[in-house]
Amino acid sequence: MTQTHCPYCALQCGMTVTPGTNDTDGPTVGERDFPTNRGGMCQKGWTSAALLGGDGRLTTPLARDSRAEPLRPTTWEDALDRTAAAIRRTQRAHGRDAVGVFGGGGLTNEKAYLLGKFARVALRTSAIDYNGRFCMSSAAAAGNRAFGVDRGLPFPLPDLADADCILLVGSNPAETMPPFTRWLADQRARGGALVVVDPRLTPTAQRATLHLQLTPGTDLALANGLLHRVIAGGHVDVDYVRARTTGFDEVARVVASYWPERVERITGVSVADQQAAVDLLVRAERAMVLTARGAEQHSKGVDTVSALIDLALALGLPGRPGRGYGCLTGQGNGQGGREHGQKADQLPGYRRLDDPAAREHVAGVWGVAADDLPGPGRSAYELLAGLGDADGVRALLVAGSNVVVSVPSSGRIRDRLGRLDFLAVSDVVLSETAALADVVLPVAQWAEEDGTMTNLEGRVLLRRQALRPPPGVRTDLDVVAGLATRLGAPGEWPTLPRVVFDELRRASAGGPADYAGISYERIAAEDGVFWPCPDDGHPGTPRMFLDRFATPDGRARFVPVEHRPAAEDVDADYPVYLTTGRVLRHYQSGAQTRRIAALRDAHPEAAVEIHPDLAEQHDLGEGNRVRVVSRRGAAEGPVRITDTIRTDTVFMPFHWGGANSVNAVTNAALDPISRMPEFKVCAVRLERCP
Amino acid sequence: MSSLVVVGNGMAGARLVQELLARDPARDRDITVVGDEPGGAYNRMQLSNVLAGTTRSDAIDLAPPEWYAAHDVTLVAGRAVTGIDRAARRVHVGTGGRDGTAAALPYDDLVLATGSDAVLPPVAGLLTGDGLLPGVATFRTLADCVRIDELARTAGRAVVLGAGVLGLEAARGLAGRGLDVTLVQRGRRLMERQLDAEAARTLARSLAALGLTVSTGSGVAGVTGEDRLDGVVLGDGRRLPCDLLVLCCGVRPRVELATAAGLPTRRGVLVDDELRSVGDPHVRAIGECAEHEGTTYGLVAPCWEHARVVADLLADPACGTRYRGSAVVTRLKAAGLELATVGEAHAAGDADDDADLEVVRFSDTARGVYQKLVVRDGRLTGAILLGDTRTVGTVTQLYDRGALLPPDRSALLLPRRAGATEAVESPTALPATATVCQCNGVTKGAIVSAWQDGARTAADVAARTRATTGCGTCRDTVCGLVEWLAAADPDEPAPTRVLDRAG
Repeated sequence: MTQTHCPYCALQCGMTVTPGTNDTDGPTVGERDFPTNRGGMCQKGWTSAALLGGDGRLTTPLARDSRAEPLRPTTWEDALDRTAAAIRRTQRAHGRDAVGVFGGGGLTNEKAYLLGKFARVALRTSAIDYNGRFCMSSAAAAGNRAFGVDRGLPFPLPDLADADCILLVGSNPAETMPPFTRWLADQRARGGALVVVDPRLTPTAQRATLHLQLTPGTDLALANGLLHRVIAGGHVDVDYVRARTTGFDEVARVVASYWPERVERITGVSVADQQAAVDLLVRAERAMVLTARGAEQHSKGVDTVSALIDLALALGLPGRPGRGYGCLTGQGNGQGGREHGQKADQLPGYRRLDDPAAREHVAGVWGVAADDLPGPGRSAYELLAGLGDADGVRALLVAGSNVVVSVPSSGRIRDRLGRLDFLAVSDVVLSETAALADVVLPVAQWAEEDGTMTNLEGRVLLRRQALRPPPGVRTDLDVVAGLATRLGAPGEWPTLPRVVFDELRRASAGGPADYAGISYERIAAEDGVFWPCPDDGHPGTPRMFLDRFATPDGRARFVPVEHRPAAEDVDADYPVYLTTGRVLRHYQSGAQTRRIAALRDAHPEAAVEIHPDLAEQHDLGEGNRVRVVSRRGAAEGPVRITDTIRTDTVFMPFHWGGANSVNAVTNAALDPISRMPEFKVCAVRLERCP
Repeated sequence: MSSLVVVGNGMAGARLVQELLARDPARDRDITVVGDEPGGAYNRMQLSNVLAGTTRSDAIDLAPPEWYAAHDVTLVAGRAVTGIDRAARRVHVGTGGRDGTAAALPYDDLVLATGSDAVLPPVAGLLTGDGLLPGVATFRTLADCVRIDELARTAGRAVVLGAGVLGLEAARGLAGRGLDVTLVQRGRRLMERQLDAEAARTLARSLAALGLTVSTGSGVAGVTGEDRLDGVVLGDGRRLPCDLLVLCCGVRPRVELATAAGLPTRRGVLVDDELRSVGDPHVRAIGECAEHEGTTYGLVAPCWEHARVVADLLADPACGTRYRGSAVVTRLKAAGLELATVGEAHAAGDADDDADLEVVRFSDTARGVYQKLVVRDGRLTGAILLGDTRTVGTVTQLYDRGALLPPDRSALLLPRRAGATEAVESPTALPATATVCQCNGVTKGAIVSAWQDGARTAADVAARTRATTGCGTCRDTVCGLVEWLAAADPDEPAPTRVLDRAG
């Protein structure tokens, strides 16, 4: 029995994995008392051992000479030789930036780190980014500009249980991370208030003290409106604002224009409900503001999070025990995955790639000259949207991401992948993206290898190897090292996770996300270690900002922000809003969960949630097939009639590919700062399928 | 470098400047704003709340003077524009500045955002040589608000003349501060521009319940008092003693400058879809002083739409943005009085004489509730929500978007409780197929099976079925089921209600 963590979301529930005893008996997972999940797990976790079985698993590399042919099994030598040759050929003909790398927020810290190093040192390309751009980047950018650093939750989860009021914006943990909601249940049992902001009356919202069912794309206006009433009512924590922040006056001036009646008309949230939310917040001794993708996945996601941080700052929350602002990270390693260099503009330790001192430090660890490191590259969607262009990427390596399903306006990206000279995909199964590749590399997965993950609290965790990978499978670290060696890259290319982690520690030392004092032994002994942890004697940092913020002057920054409409609003041709999200039984692009019979049977496809009034207008009944059509594409699914959604909005989950893929419909309008696409709102029309 | 002069620094003028800067941060344009009120721009919409004491007076600044300086905008505050020389494209600013001199400001583009003046009713004795009789105030500007606030500190009885939105807000605010308030209206009903007769009656009853006296159909004929107000004489001859009279008799667009400059005006300055004066392409008018398609507006939302359109056009003359009129939503800001109206709900009283018109009404006078939807071609053309505004967000958005209404209109008046899961009185009443644990998809039947297989505690059930191991909210139901199963099984001892860690 091995103590490890769940393969899915950012809660990274502690669990055990026990190998099967014989050929017929598969591995099993068990409960484990860990401080975050306290023995709990959702059905995804309980059934995750089925991922380790042979069903659909790739165990041999695949390759083809042209896309007209089917993929055929080949040897590892051939697959890696082909890939290295394609890289060389492409870079010779089109320059270094013509080869790109696309990573994922589910990869371990070791993999994310080595992938970033590979891009900068072996490929010397600026073209690297990852799917975390689609989930974490807006909160990250807003956190950085307010606090000088971005750690999802700057406090440990148990703090939630003691909060008197939690404002939860755009998050549905009752379905996306069920064991997390035990902390909310404890909080409610203590008499704490929960305010949920969501266009849907989600299972989470059903447990709330107050649900604000706003119009999709109007969270920013609502946040400014709440702050307006906080200021108008004289509830600003003046001493805190004076001692610990800058920029309040300008924010106060901006929100003076967000009086409740105006905000009501923009958001649809009544004046009375706005005031009720403010009353709950200002009456609380300890309050928290938490955001997730519902607030962040917008073309104004960064500004929306800033508005909510401004609210938290005015109430005097961040950097005080039991209070604060936090973002609930989604992907398994959404936090660690954005800290160690697979992001277009970053180096390990959450350092900036355009910071000369950071380049010197990391280049020193890597044994190369700082001048040889490329500069910042394009963000995820822009990288993908430029595939095959004269100045774009022409050969792409994908690891830990199923972009065909997970990117917005996905029809366009599928075309773009087709224009590539070469595509190599590392994956556990033949995902929708892997099926398009020239070379497919079968890699090990969570319980088959060691590695660290950083959970939503900034707690670095150890996933341990519980069983051997199937024969024929290699690890991502092996793949990177194999390619780096073939390309004659300078420096070391270790394949043991522990050795890679030790190098990561050195590379991160002195950076904002400093892992220098964290070791596998300490993680195991201490139930995880919170970064920053600069040396072996440092206890780690469960609560950040208690003395100062990570800005040059130590103060948090208020950032004035204005509401603006969604990039695409409803009109006569596309009169209905579409919003997207997750369901209880599936995760991300579904590449893992759709393989598990219990999850697939319980939730076989993406249904379209429609309010009874809207359904009646379209003559749609429960179970009818409906096409959700936007200017970019269409997705089809069965109608699910529910009065938990707004009458002007439909919801569709994003875990499926093909005709059922909602990201064929979503809008790729990007946030100007984070380059986050607007997954959470676009305009559609509904067509009943014949 | 071209020059933009904005005359008026109220909600419209200040908004225009902010909108313009947001579009054009590296602008190639001098901007000067002239406002006859002292100081920067403030949120006039919030004055009722300031008077009522629910909003702090320091929380209504939209743009303090420092803001203009920081953004390289010239603010000429506290001085009036005395004339426009359209031939020379100059605006003349009167004396009164720190240097005491007049000035002439050249412009390439001139925007009139002069707003409105409060209307003074023809009431005998209102004016003295120095202005309004002490104790009498209009309610339009921050200075007015400060004056009323000061008077209210010592006054005991107040009369508010005019029962429009502003009059109601002022009356409610003063009553909330403990004054004995009478609301006087010359017309027959309250909020004549927004309400029909029954809504007005319902509102009057609600006001009475809040301790306000309402007197309609009379108006004020005169005021009494030598050096300061001591009473008013109503139109029917009755005298009401009072020491504060607030005049909320409507507003009149300020068009004197435009008229004097020879620009075409009626009620307001006549403008086209680009908000240009129909008589001079270098002059625009926005806000309450503008008249577009025969309409002037007295609400902030249209004024801000004007500002947005003009900012678009000034930043990029070829942008194609046009103004097409505004949807009108009126929201009353008064504690204990919930009221929203959209469109022209007051006019369409009866569907009988108009076959295309559909009227949906709900009235519960005992609770002070009156709601009405006016529908044409399946779309909302007007609504009144009085006393219960829970659906106001949906109703105003349907109106703003011109969207088709749901076939069942009643939900727009009385919200249904969404997601109403049946209260589980007893888990034993659940059908076997009911999902008890959502997180792990465990049905009641599965729990019964687990019992039959030997699970005797909730922890045993959790170990076998995973029920309770996700979010944990089904714990009570699972415990209840275990108790029920034990009670139904005579061989079993009573179970202990203990869950281990797994549960």
